[in-house]
Amino acid sequence: MADVAALSVDLRRKLFSSPNGGEFTAIAGLRFSVSRSQFVCIVGPSGSGKTTLMNIISGLDTTYDGEVRIAGHEPGTGPRLGYMFQSPRLMPWLTVKQNVELVATHRAISQGMPDRLLEAVGLGEFRDAYPNRLSGGMQRRVALARAFVNEPPLLLLDEPFISLDVPVANRLRDLLLAQWRERGATIVFVTHDLREALQLGDRVLFMSPSPGRVVLDIDVPLPRPRDQESEEMESFRHTLLREHPTILAGLEESNLQDERRLMPAAATA
Amino acid sequence: MTAEVGVRGRASRPLTSAAFALPFGVRAASLILLVILWEAAAWAMSSPSVAHLLESVGFDPRDQYALVRNRIYFPAPGLIWLWQAFIAWMGGTTVPPSSTVLEALWHAATTSSGLTKNQMSFLGYTFTTTDLWFNICQTLYRATIAFVIAMLVGSIVGIALGRMKALNRFFDGWVLLGLNMPALVVGILCYIWLGLNDLALIVAVVINKIPLVAITTREGAAAVQPDLLHVARAFRLSPLTTMRRVFLPQMYPYFMVAARNGIALIWKIVLVYELLGRSNGVGFMLANSFSELKVGQLLAYAIAFIGVVMLIEAFIVRPLERRATKWRM
Repeated sequence: MADVAALSVDLRRKLFSSPNGGEFTAIAGLRFSVSRSQFVCIVGPSGSGKTTLMNIISGLDTTYDGEVRIAGHEPGTGPRLGYMFQSPRLMPWLTVKQNVELVATHRAISQGMPDRLLEAVGLGEFRDAYPNRLSGGMQRRVALARAFVNEPPLLLLDEPFISLDVPVANRLRDLLLAQWRERGATIVFVTHDLREALQLGDRVLFMSPSPGRVVLDIDVPLPRPRDQESEEMESFRHTLLREHPTILAGLEESNLQDERRLMPAAATA
Repeated sequence: MTAEVGVRGRASRPLTSAAFALPFGVRAASLILLVILWEAAAWAMSSPSVAHLLESVGFDPRDQYALVRNRIYFPAPGLIWLWQAFIAWMGGTTVPPSSTVLEALWHAATTSSGLTKNQMSFLGYTFTTTDLWFNICQTLYRATIAFVIAMLVGSIVGIALGRMKALNRFFDGWVLLGLNMPALVVGILCYIWLGLNDLALIVAVVINKIPLVAITTREGAAAVQPDLLHVARAFRLSPLTTMRRVFLPQMYPYFMVAARNGIALIWKIVLVYELLGRSNGVGFMLANSFSELKVGQLLAYAIAFIGVVMLIEAFIVRPLERRATKWRM
């Protein structure tokens, strides 16, 4: 398993210094590895260090005690990976197409990847529009196209569909799965929504409240395509909650709070 | 030389006195009406439908109507009325009527008085021109060089201060000192130390201007979003690409503010420094007008100079600004 791992993470400790001079341990003893083309979801309550973990894997944060190995690369250096942030983070002064081309390699451009991906996410006719002309969902689609444009071996997604309407988020999840099937990237997907994780992932890792570490690692044996509302999905989720009440208690609670905060009108029973 | 005012003034007397025979309310109302009409015309010219109309009869509104489209126009009727009212109130010889000013303008634009050499060389060609154009060109030349240097150096200093906290703490006092240094002190010292030449003038203007550019760009650099820089780092963009496509575009609004304030400041201090220690340029001609009490000439240079500044605003500054902020619309 270890020798074919596309990504292996072994973080002994990650400290943050707080403004009043103290120190805060965000991550302690976080260890996992992901095999090639696997879709892994990481679920954890707010403040469990999920985004910190993503920043470390992507190389944005280099001050940690531990090791991150990405297949085919020296420790500490990253490949050209794909990253989708919580917000779209597009350059407002560049058009949709320029935004995708900005991060694209010469190879990707010569193969026409920016246009092909924009077509794939249904934004072909908006390629010359500026991002502030687009809806939130369309901006995420641009960010999705941008994340896939170099066909990266590793793709990081940090709660990319947060604060979207349910239908828009569903459509984006389908797009993501379609691109994943086509291009076969290894995906690490962070969320605090258990239903989303079970719908998307081959495997789900559960993180503890801070200091974050993996407390549960399950495979999701359900056949694809999966429907969040389906009966087998619900029964799988209920079994999980019953078997691991302590681990998932805090998660479901914070989840409910977030749902109330983010989409008060949406009925997500 | 004050005689010119009296002689030339007579020609426009009848018109002036006829206009002022009207009761005050009528005069005031017609003045306001005139200004409103002028504004309305400018607004109509800049509206898309009128622009289309002009285009359909063969005008390219982007060229011919840049002044109007960019909402810049000279408030000529209002100014002339105000001016005439001022003459009536002041009387005497220190306030020439508008016809005298126009005549002085024409005179300066078409003749050489011998006060300045009026010889310019450009790309190896040397040519002789008239008082007005020579002196305006001298001033523009000095202002342009000083502007470019001050913007470049000031931006680099400002970005460095905005991005590096330690550097900012150390140089904060220096910037404050530079900001509050009286322009005249800098100008006089430069003339004493570097001689009465263009180099001294440009150095003095640049020293005045750099702290202003630096504080504006420092604000901008400190306000740059780390979010977008993270995108650049996560996708492994090269430092050059990050600078050009991610960092500097966030600075454009601050560059524009710095440039705009810079232009306004530079026009003013270049003229003062020319008055102080140069033997040509608009500032020098204003000094000459002062010492010989040629109010007509003084106003003529002022009007011509303001006109040139407005053309620069309409044809260079605003189009650039529009290009830089195109994505916001």
